[in-house]
Amino acid sequence: MEPSVSFFSGFAPKDLLFLGEAALRTMWISVLSISIGTVLGVIFGWILYEGKWAAALTVAPVLDVFRSVPLIIQLVLFYNFAPIVGLNLDPFASGVVILTIYTAALVANVARGGIEAVEPPMRRAARSLGMSYWQDLRYVVLPIGGRAVFPAWVGVALGVMKDSALVSVLGYVELLKASQILITRTQEPFLILTISGAFYFALSYPISRYAASLERKWAQ
Amino acid sequence: MIEIHDLHKYFGSLHVLKGINLNVEKGEVLSVIGASGSGKSTLLYCINGLEPVQQGNVMVDGTDVHAKGTDINKLRQQLGMVFQQWNSFPHLTALENVALAPKIVKGKSKAEAREIAAQQLKHVGLGEKLDVYPSALSGGQQQRLAIARALAMEPEYMLFDEATSALDPELVGEVLETMRMLAEEGMTMICVTHEMGFARDVSDRVAFFHQGVMEEIGPPEQIFGNPQSEHTQKFLANVR
Repeated sequence: MEPSVSFFSGFAPKDLLFLGEAALRTMWISVLSISIGTVLGVIFGWILYEGKWAAALTVAPVLDVFRSVPLIIQLVLFYNFAPIVGLNLDPFASGVVILTIYTAALVANVARGGIEAVEPPMRRAARSLGMSYWQDLRYVVLPIGGRAVFPAWVGVALGVMKDSALVSVLGYVELLKASQILITRTQEPFLILTISGAFYFALSYPISRYAASLERKWAQ
Repeated sequence: MIEIHDLHKYFGSLHVLKGINLNVEKGEVLSVIGASGSGKSTLLYCINGLEPVQQGNVMVDGTDVHAKGTDINKLRQQLGMVFQQWNSFPHLTALENVALAPKIVKGKSKAEAREIAAQQLKHVGLGEKLDVYPSALSGGQQQRLAIARALAMEPEYMLFDEATSALDPELVGEVLETMRMLAEEGMTMICVTHEMGFARDVSDRVAFFHQGVMEEIGPPEQIFGNPQSEHTQKFLANVR
């Protein structure tokens, strides 16, 4: 009898390590995209607020495109067509670029809402004390408006973290891709997806808890 | 000294101030009375440059408020303003509310700014409330906080825009008392107000505004005792 070659083997403890590593990659790509995307989003939000009709004609439609087209389509289009214009980015970099823009598009509207949440009389009071336009933005609008829209921003951040799973279609081995690899080998989708789901939960739960405790502190 | 010369202000096609001429001397307390929409609040906004003007000018200690080269942020440090809505910064304690502008605008050290703030809060009777957030203060206390916040910039002039209009009746007294105290200390004040008792007792002069025109100005005895203009007479008859 021919010696049989085994393509399949059961779930082993070292696979947990493999998933853990992938979870770190999910975290890394998320942290990077959310941080840069938030900074850009706040700038876009300010442009939307201050730019009036000029912004409505330029920035707003671009952001609308990125908000409206499914992320998976953006990722595949960007990864495959960027090389045509000379941008040879690996899956990780492509993922960061698209997730960052996507985050920025979502955060822009949150940020604009935050600026609008600070009533003009409050800003006049700040200016009447001699604060410059930028001091008013930094010391009055940012803290007050930021707190008003913080829950919305946390929602965006957690959403982007979960959506980062879509970068797997480019071949980047983050949590979802790692799970698929293991499922192919072990044929144990139920077990592996449960573990993978637990990792996602472990990544987002501390964030939502921390956010809730911040909100409680601010409410005092 | 504040000198207002032939001041015209439009909101779109609405002519809100129609050629105001007015001088306010150092140490003077001027009350501005008149019906809603007569332009009295707008006058204050024009004095500290929160609203642009279309004609005429406002000079504060010789500086044209609306001139292109004027450093308006620096000039506003001379012009403390208290609004109808107190606008306390909700994320800061009373002490931090008052200390913020001295720190970031005047560049005082943190310790120095806090010391000034504590002093001003004691001055307006909030010495016990230094570490309290505005949400835990009454309207009257928040308005006194706003007064302390303006005073912390050590202004030469104080502008009050209906500082008691948004308050519950039982809280009006404490704010008027604080304003009276400032007047007695010699602060130069322009008070847009509906409190006729305050205007009569505290002011050196009272100005009556009617539809964007300063109809009449004079000592309180004249305005309240023997008003010359027909509109002044009618207005005072209605508020009494």
